[in-house]
Order: sequence, then C-alpha cells, then structure tokens
Amino acid sequence: MNKSNTSTLAPQPGLPTPAASWYDRKGLVQIGLLAFLLLAPLALYFLGHIYYVNLASRITLIAMAAVGLNLAIGYGGMVSFGHAAYFGLGGYVAGISAYHAFDFTPVIGWPIAIPGSDSMLVIWLAAILLCGLLALVIGAISLRTTGVYFIMITLAFAQMMYYFANSWPTYGGEDGLPIFLRNGLPWVDTNDALTFFLICFGGLVLSLAITSRIMKSRFGAALTMARLNDTRLATAGVSPYPIRLVAFVISAMITGLAGALYADLNGFVSPSMLSWHMSGELMVIVILGGVGRLYGPLAGALLFVMMETLLGGMTEYWQLFLGLVLLFVVLFAKHGVMGWLAGRERHE
Amino acid sequence: MTLFIEQLINGLQLGTMLFLMASGLTLVFGVMGLINLAHGSFYMVGAYATALVTAATGSFFVGLAAGIAVAAAVGALVELIVIRRLYHRPHLDQVLATFALILIFSEGTRWIFGSSPLWLNPPAMLSGSVTLPGGLRYPIYRLVIIAVGVAVAVGMYFLITRTRLGMRIRAGESDREMIGALGINIARLYTLVFAMGAALAGLAGALVGALQSVQVGMGEPVLILAFVVIVIGGIGSIKGALYGAILVGVVDTLGRVFLPGFFRQFMSPSEAAGVGSAIAAMLIYIMMAAILAFKPKGLFAANE
Repeated sequence: MNKSNTSTLAPQPGLPTPAASWYDRKGLVQIGLLAFLLLAPLALYFLGHIYYVNLASRITLIAMAAVGLNLAIGYGGMVSFGHAAYFGLGGYVAGISAYHAFDFTPVIGWPIAIPGSDSMLVIWLAAILLCGLLALVIGAISLRTTGVYFIMITLAFAQMMYYFANSWPTYGGEDGLPIFLRNGLPWVDTNDALTFFLICFGGLVLSLAITSRIMKSRFGAALTMARLNDTRLATAGVSPYPIRLVAFVISAMITGLAGALYADLNGFVSPSMLSWHMSGELMVIVILGGVGRLYGPLAGALLFVMMETLLGGMTEYWQLFLGLVLLFVVLFAKHGVMGWLAGRERHE
Repeated sequence: MTLFIEQLINGLQLGTMLFLMASGLTLVFGVMGLINLAHGSFYMVGAYATALVTAATGSFFVGLAAGIAVAAAVGALVELIVIRRLYHRPHLDQVLATFALILIFSEGTRWIFGSSPLWLNPPAMLSGSVTLPGGLRYPIYRLVIIAVGVAVAVGMYFLITRTRLGMRIRAGESDREMIGALGINIARLYTLVFAMGAALAGLAGALVGALQSVQVGMGEPVLILAFVVIVIGGIGSIKGALYGAILVGVVDTLGRVFLPGFFRQFMSPSEAAGVGSAIAAMLIYIMMAAILAFKPKGLFAANE
C-alpha cells in the first residue's frame, strides 16, 4: 500500500494541504477496501469458488471504469452521461482485434494493412489510444457547452456509437461479437480466473495511482479550480478549456482500458456495453461511492455489483430495489458510501 | 414522389408525438430547472392506463381520458414525494434520482403486468385510411395524431401567452424568487406544471401505444429522442421544442427510408444497406452535435 494513495484531494489554493496519513480513518477505509477486494477472491479461489473470482474481476473492472468517469465528474465537474462510449469502444477494440487475429484477416486493409492481434498488450494500447482520440473529438465539441447541454451532448455521442454498433453488420450488429479465445499476455496464462483477476486488480490500482498523482499535480489544482470557479482560473492566466479537455481524455482512456478488459472477462462484446443504461450505471456507481472521492468508485462498484448479485438471486425484479436504494442515497445520503465510511472531505 | 410525401407525413407524425413529450420536458426544465429522465415513465404509465381501461370499458376515448388523468396523477404524486426535493440540487443528483425512478417504474410495471406487451387498438371509427389529394392512401389514425399534436401546440401557445397560469409559468422561467415574493404559491405551481407535463407524456404514450405495443421500456427510446429535441430547440423554449420535434421527426424518418438508397448509388446493395441504416440511426445525433457545436445553447435558447 502506497502512502501517496491516501490523499484524494488536490491542495486547494489558499488552504493548508490536508494532512494525509495511511493510518487515519480514511486511510484505513481505503486500505480495507483494496485488501478486501484482493484477499476475498484469493481465499475463494483456493476454496475452489471460481465464480466469485470472476465476480471480483467484474467488480474490479466496473470500479476501474468508474474511476475514469470520476475523474471527469468528480474532479473535473464534467457530468458526462456518455462514458459507455469509451467503455464499449474499449470492448469493441478487444473484440474486433481478436476476431481478425482468429480469422487471419486485417482489421484495415487500406491504406496500410493493420493485422488483428490477440495480444492484450497491443489491444490495451490500441484501446487507450482510440478512446483518447474519440474523447478528444467528443470533448472538443462537447466542452463548448455547459450544464445540461453538456450532459445531453455526451449522451448523444454515446447514442451515436450505440446505434452505429447496433446496425453495423460486420461485427455482429445487435447480436454482439464473441471472443472465442481470451486474448493473451506473454508468459502469463490469462485463462486462469485468478491470474486474470490479478491483471484487472493491477489495472485498478494503476488507475487509482494515476488519478491520485494527477490530482496532486499543478494540473490537478487547475482542474479543481476549473470546477469550482473557472473565471478565477482564467484570471490566474490558465485557460480552463484545455485543462478540462485533457482531463476528459485521460478519463476516457481509463474507462476504455477497463472496457477492453471487461470484454475479455465476458468473452463477448455487444452494443449493450455502449448503451445509455451503461453510462447511467457508471454514474450511479460514482455517486453511490461518493463523488470526487478517490476510492468512491471502488466502494460504489462493490456495493452495486454485490447488491445486483444478492438481490438478483432473490428476485427477478431486483432493479426495483436498486432504484429504491439509489433514490434513498441521492435524497438522503449525499456523500455516498465513502462519506459514510471515511468521513467527509475537509472542504465540504 | 408519393413515397416521399408519405414519409414526410410519417415524419410529421413522429415529430408531433415528440413535441408532446418534449414540451413537458422543456417546461419542467424551463420553470423548475429540473432534468427529468423519468418523463418516459409517464409515457408508459399513460399507455398502460389507456390499454387497461380501454380493455375494461371497450371505449378507446374513455381509456384515453383515463390514461391522461392517471399520468397526471402519477406525475403530481412523484413531484410531491421525490421531485420537489431535487429542485435545489445539482443536475447530477437530478439525473441520478430520476434514473432511479425509471428503474422503479419499469420494474414495478413489469412486476405487476408482466413482460408481455398489452394490446391497444385504435378505435374503429379511426381505423381505415383516407385518400389524400394526389392519390396517396394514408391511415386516418396517424392523421388524427398529427391533428392532436397541432391542437396541443396551439393550446400550449394560448395557455402560455394568454392565460394567468401561462403568465405565472413565464414569470417562473425568468425569475423564480420574484414570483414567490409576489405571493404566488410556487410549490403548487411546480406541482401543476409537472403534472401537466406528465399528462402530455401520458397522452403521447396512449396515442402511440395504439400504433405500437404497450410494454415496459417503451418510454426510453422516445425519452432520448425528446431530449435530443429539447437540446436542439434550446432547453426551456416551447417554440424550440416544436421546431426541434418536427426537425427530428422528419430527418429521422426520411433518413431511415432514403439513406440506404442514397448509398446504393456508389456501393454494393448489401454494403449500402448496412452503411445506410447505420448512418440513418446516427443521423439525428450527428445533427444535434453539429447544431450544438455552432449554437451551444440550441436554436431558440430561452433564457439569455
């Protein structure tokens, strides 16, 4: 456990930096969450419950996607209702690349031949780059708007991707695209549930570390100021637009990488990864955990997926109860699970 | 040419339906500053109530009246219990809470009525078709829907510009605190506006339910389209909602019919069908992104 992971907030100009230590209440909660997510699947794996290891991988990847979204919503104040676009694009990169590697056909034949690949390293790189590129285009247009318009235009772009995937027959259209063999890594057996979980866990820890590092940098301070008072940021000589855009792109890259892994976990990618329900779920997880809290997405994903699994086991209509819990959280528990477990942030 | 005119009328019919949805949505946003994702649920509630009452009484018109009334009542109830706690919250909380309402409404309806669709047919006197000038046969019911949409648009115009309630709504749009200070019961005004929006959504759901099937989740595609409409038109503007709805309805319908043919000019038929339908499905979103890129507050921004 790295000490630098324990502080979630950029130092705010004019305020003393909150003293962060790994042994205070927040630090313990954060270590506890990570340790639970790591140790529970380990124990269950050796007891032979592979199902729960895959469930833990699912939680980890959803959490990672939400970590990306949290950077946009929580830290940047950009309420994106379209992050499924990046989650799904990452998934489709994994699916399409594996499909062509399986068929020995090129992904693109012209002007340069790009072959498919079943190596995760190539797929991750491609997913990160393509999601970054997509977010650069979407962000450059969307960030010209604010408020509800921003929410709606990001939704519109995600819907474009959704309908495109839905009606493009080459890669399965609305039926989706199966990944017959899980993509591989050199020297590692990715088909083993525990190994795959550890890869996902590594991705989550890395994305938490990157977010934490970003928010402690001067860039993070500028992003915080862009959220709180962009006029003041502009007065200080920093233009808010590029700051937001870069944060939006990084946010999409993290979510996209999570999507690529998620497709490999399920062995399947379909337009539902791009649907507005997916965007909504990711937002729900960020809120459940606590907006703008570094470990909020992890807490939110744990709660969300466990609720889904438990309630889903009891009743077919579990979404009804999910809705009720969610409504309760939004109306009465504004600070999410992290606010409840670890106390409020100082600036609140 | 007849195909073009027929599709143009189909587009108008979709547009007027979207207007019924969008006008409520945009009023609620303009007056209360609230994003309501659950608006599609009132559409569904209206359709279910109409289908059930029509089946019980045998009269579509009694069912329609019941559908509108039930949607309005459910809207008022939801406003009193949940929505009024959200007016002072950030948009993020509003999106989340109303997303939760969608889950509750959809799953609740599925629990009570099951997953299989209910059937609702247009009344016999409106089933049949008429010959339009130019020799085109067109279903009466769809023309009636257009007429209802136009009537609602005209009614809204008079309500907003000529009545005391409309004056209060306009006042609420421009300065919420001030009309409260002038002695208007804001809480009641908000409930009324919200119920009115829900009633319009219920009307739309009931009318469309008779064309398609009445089922859980029927409100969601329409909801997203209605959001596209109000964002294109400028959120809070009824006029914008009207123009946006017609634009979206016509562009979406014509795109779906004619784009595959357009691509067939320079592609193989199977490719053209794929590309054409993919682009057609994305068309209104492309249009929305293009409009917002140049006019970030929509075509008829209300509060400037």
